[in-house]
Amino acid sequence: MPGQSVIPFGPQHPVFPEPLQLRLVMKEERVLEAVPALGYMHRGLEKLAETKDYAQNVFLMERVCGICSFMHSLCYCQALEDLMGIEVPPRARYLRTIWAELGRLQSHHLWLGLLADAFGFESLFMECWKNREIVMDLCEATTGNRVIISGNAVGGCRRDLEPSVLKEIGRRMDDLERGLDRVAPVFQDDPLIKQRTVGTGIITREEVIRLGAVGPVLRASGVAQDMRQLGYAAYGELDFRPVVETGGDSYSRLMARLGETYQAIDLVRQALRRIPEGEVLPKVKGRPEGEAVSRVEQPRGELLYYVRATGKPQLDRVRVRTPTLSNIPPLVRMLEGCRLSDVPVIALSIDSCVSCTER
Amino acid sequence: MSIVRWARGKSPWYFHYETGSCNGCAIEVFALQTPLYDLERFGIMNTGNPKHADLLLVTGCVGYRSGRVLRNLYHQMPGPKAVVAIGVCALTGGIFHDCYNLAPGADKVIPVDVYVPGCAPWPEAMIDGILLAAEKLRGAPVARDRRRLVEEEEPPAGGAGEEGKA
Repeated sequence: MPGQSVIPFGPQHPVFPEPLQLRLVMKEERVLEAVPALGYMHRGLEKLAETKDYAQNVFLMERVCGICSFMHSLCYCQALEDLMGIEVPPRARYLRTIWAELGRLQSHHLWLGLLADAFGFESLFMECWKNREIVMDLCEATTGNRVIISGNAVGGCRRDLEPSVLKEIGRRMDDLERGLDRVAPVFQDDPLIKQRTVGTGIITREEVIRLGAVGPVLRASGVAQDMRQLGYAAYGELDFRPVVETGGDSYSRLMARLGETYQAIDLVRQALRRIPEGEVLPKVKGRPEGEAVSRVEQPRGELLYYVRATGKPQLDRVRVRTPTLSNIPPLVRMLEGCRLSDVPVIALSIDSCVSCTER
Repeated sequence: MSIVRWARGKSPWYFHYETGSCNGCAIEVFALQTPLYDLERFGIMNTGNPKHADLLLVTGCVGYRSGRVLRNLYHQMPGPKAVVAIGVCALTGGIFHDCYNLAPGADKVIPVDVYVPGCAPWPEAMIDGILLAAEKLRGAPVARDRRRLVEEEEPPAGGAGEEGKA
């Protein structure tokens, strides 16, 4: 069509940590349509999962995504525990909650930093990542690794934590909250950030429901849905409410994630107060048979695992449905009609995780 | 050593490409720029443009599709250049080496100078690897070349040869 041009955005682009391509159909400075192209990071992990036995698969599922590694193994273990009828000990459920919230904290700090970097706000990026190192230190102190923390096993947790370590987690949460208190007002009030986020990438409540958005994208448009309300791990016994914003623009998504960061600190503290004594990993007998579905709330939204087994050590099928895939149709909708210069910030505002999506 | 060669190793800019794994290594590469690890104290900076870069950092297992992009990016970089493969996935495919879609290691697609193993490697190990690669820009032999040099210069006499091979 005359006057139109197509600009490929990615696969390698400075704002994306990972290869994702958006083909932008432009008319002058306006985006008419965005066509996503996926598949740069496809590995064939689901097929690989069929060749290993169900306990080995935990290590594979941790490596679906390095940022939300713990949530993937948690979701997978929950599906198998459901199949095999295993009761997870209460202490293990609380430990899972603590590690899952630490994972959410590091993921949200990472995203806040990347967003600041996308504006060119270098000092804020540094500040967010400096705070994030507190969480990374805790991951290292509790499990021995910074990224792939490998805390889950089918039936419970692979490690127990000493009371002194739990106390230290509580102390570092105070440090983290102080650090977050320093950056939060900047995100909330800075005119530069408001200029780039308020009113850009708007998506309404009806549209997010129709397009099947999940996680902070859904909650930033006014839908109070959070998979943690299902009460998996120890969330059923903790006190929390989904963080909901109503604007539906990039700023609301930023505020929703900022709110969730504070909420995660609060949930860690609650879990530390209530954690019971006891064993963490019961002996697992038998082989899985049947079908199960498990859902958890990842930092990016709802994660779903479907597992089918036929009584052999190997599983018949493992299906992973990741939040970013659900958030791409809303992203395409958000990009329609925006300016080219706003594309990086809007594309970043769904917090895409391509390695989960393409596996 | 000419002054140009000397200066090259002083402030190499790196370009990072994630070819497709769990991106655990990719976020650790990001962490290198931040206050705790601060790679900039060595004059090493991140750039988003392959044509400005001296070093290419590769993380993740190389698939057939991302391998094409990787080769393309590598050839856009001006010489002299060095490649650092970070994490077991970039080295051999790691846990994913049996997957149908992957080349076993980044060195099957582009020449790699420094290998940093780990899942994910410690940021300290990454810094060490990057500094080794910076040495290469000055014309110093690194990695495989260095091992060959040791073997050539120190002929094994008694038990001393074992250490040279390690």
